[in-house]
Amino acid sequence: MSRIYFDNAATTALDSEVLDAMMPFLTEKFGNPSSVYSYGRETKLAIENARKTVAKILNCTPAEIFFTSGGTESTNTAINAAVRDLGCKHIITSPLEHHATLHTVEHMEHFGHATLSYVKLTDKGHIDMADLEQQLANSNTKTLVTLMHANNEIGNIMDIKAVGELCRKYDAIFHSDTVQTVGHYPFDLKNTYVHFINGAGHKFHGPKGVGMLYVNENVLGSIKPYLTGGAQERNMRAGTENLYGIVGFAKALELATARYEQDSTYINELKQYMADRLKEHFSGVTYNGDTRGNSLYTVLNVSFPMNEKTDMLLFNLDIAGICVSGGSACTSGASSVSHVIKAIYNGQSAQMVPIRFSFCRHNTKEEVDAVVEKLKTLI
Amino acid sequence: MDPRVLEAMLPYFVEKFGNAASRNHSFGWVAEEAVDYAREQIAKLIGADPKEIILTSGATEADNLALKGVFEMYATKGNHIITATTEHKAVLDTCKHIEKMGGQVTYLEVQPDGLIDLKQLEAAITDKTILISIMYGNNEIGVIQPVKEISAIARKHGVLFFTDATQAVGKIPVDVQADGIDLMAFSAHKMYGPKGVGALYVRRKNPRVKVTAQMDGGGHERGMRSGTMNVPGIVGFGKACEIAMNEMEAEGKRLSILRDKLENALMELEEAYVNGNIQHRLPHVCNISFKYVEGEGLMMGFNKNIAVSSGSACTSASLEPSYVLKALGLGDDLAHSSLRFGLGRYTTEAEIDFTIDAIKTTVLKLREMSPLWEMFKEGIDLNTIEWAHH
Repeated sequence: MSRIYFDNAATTALDSEVLDAMMPFLTEKFGNPSSVYSYGRETKLAIENARKTVAKILNCTPAEIFFTSGGTESTNTAINAAVRDLGCKHIITSPLEHHATLHTVEHMEHFGHATLSYVKLTDKGHIDMADLEQQLANSNTKTLVTLMHANNEIGNIMDIKAVGELCRKYDAIFHSDTVQTVGHYPFDLKNTYVHFINGAGHKFHGPKGVGMLYVNENVLGSIKPYLTGGAQERNMRAGTENLYGIVGFAKALELATARYEQDSTYINELKQYMADRLKEHFSGVTYNGDTRGNSLYTVLNVSFPMNEKTDMLLFNLDIAGICVSGGSACTSGASSVSHVIKAIYNGQSAQMVPIRFSFCRHNTKEEVDAVVEKLKTLI
Repeated sequence: MDPRVLEAMLPYFVEKFGNAASRNHSFGWVAEEAVDYAREQIAKLIGADPKEIILTSGATEADNLALKGVFEMYATKGNHIITATTEHKAVLDTCKHIEKMGGQVTYLEVQPDGLIDLKQLEAAITDKTILISIMYGNNEIGVIQPVKEISAIARKHGVLFFTDATQAVGKIPVDVQADGIDLMAFSAHKMYGPKGVGALYVRRKNPRVKVTAQMDGGGHERGMRSGTMNVPGIVGFGKACEIAMNEMEAEGKRLSILRDKLENALMELEEAYVNGNIQHRLPHVCNISFKYVEGEGLMMGFNKNIAVSSGSACTSASLEPSYVLKALGLGDDLAHSSLRFGLGRYTTEAEIDFTIDAIKTTVLKLREMSPLWEMFKEGIDLNTIEWAHH
């Protein structure tokens, strides 16, 4: 049975060109980058070249880029640094954040390191900018704003520059979880007020187990490492570098950037095509999030009305070889409805079956048609 | 990396690329099964239950999780940790961090052969002690600590025992039950597996040990370590463990014969000293000081052909003498004149012969140019000389 993979927001297939770039570092070039002999120096150079590539694409300096084990570690590092090293005593976030953010800030609140408040949402699930500004204006202590650039479940994109300007106005520290947008959108960090952003290689056809953290140069000097140990990553992140992963991360970002115009146009057409077909064929289907507006071109999240046929929809789609998700991969083990869907419907989501379709350049209109046909037989 | 490991990993990059946490479809299940199988391979190598293995991005992360995680989880019981001055930086730096967080840390001095003094260890335990952190085998001198005796002392006093076994696992038999280990960090790339993946063993029974997560998020690894699983890396780690399990015994013998050959030949040089205990030592490591020769100069002499180091990789980019050797009581002169040899699966006898030759030649050549060596040969006691002040 040929399978259809519409779960690209969970993870993507490694690009074979990226694997080609990684292969030498999985075989003959195995030196520990911290060693002084030539094996080590060669691999050190590879890491520094990867850093330059990433910095150039994001328009920042190589000194601001740190490689980590993934998006989760980057988020944990950023939030801990903001509280521990930059003195943030108040955190403003949103209920739609990824669990890497939510659980970390809850941890901060639980241990009394910072107070926590959640920004209001608009009808379409965007950040209420007026509320954010009011919260910033009312905060009488150093504040961390941690808000994701694009939501991994419903796809809503936040205006990162506008939020950054508000943070600048109120002298707040700003972390944005950009795991769904790095490798999918252009960045201009030199002209964006943001202190921390993060990325994960496996979200854009790069390898798993590697991510990056951008730390703005203005706060760099005050930050201490989160993982302590060796002097890797200029004393910022201890641990032997995941060499082939870092090389793969940079290569994947390079390829994604080169293909951006073509891929984003193509994938967005697929998404809109599927959104249209679903509305056309299924009464009662609703879009979750700002699907037709400010939204990731890769993510389409819809709800089917709950009934005896849709109850087992995810299961039946899988039987048919169609791979989708009910929420994010990280929470898909839980049977409960995703925290994001609950939050955007104020808890009134019990009678819905949300499904996330997420696309990549390997997907086709024929696949969309096949999925719609299958859905017709299931519902 | 072992080609057999790479072969096991390759299908999980492009073809079986699923996220192991995707529970709704077969791509996810295939990835999850691969992770489960690897977890069994890893657990088997150390005599653990697969549920006791927390997969991490490497040994450093595992060290951080063990130390900070125990410190936070057992805060109501106490705040005192005992470790030793010869531990890896990942342990020492993390302990320093814990001190800043209000912890108390005792750094045991080691004996001149690198072993800790068990009486001193026991005497250091107080009613606030929650953890003993002593590495299994040292990364610079290869010395193996008396792990069973340490765990017995820890048990007797109701203290947890954590060991950084990065250098030992896969090289010598390590059994968490027989050794009485409560927590243990180790990594794949030290046993011919991939970089970027490691594990923390956390005992589940007698006693049940808990650690506070240091990476919050999706609740992976039973809530103890969040983050998308590095599936190919983990598969490679599992395969590396399986290979080590099958080949460790024969390989250990082969390496210790080669190591001894190298060591015996180099010890024919005058004023050469082996650092660390030679009975309790990993089979693939030796560390020798060549007096009156700068280790860095020595390395320059044959750098292009032989990969050795003058300390651990994590600190060798600096010119500071090794803190491990200093902890054994070596003066700067001997500490500066040391070389560490780490033999491996691909080390051949021909390479050993070549190395013996190259090092002997280089040492003799450097000593010929050294005024200190000349004075030593003339019988002048260098310690009695008053050096001119600049």
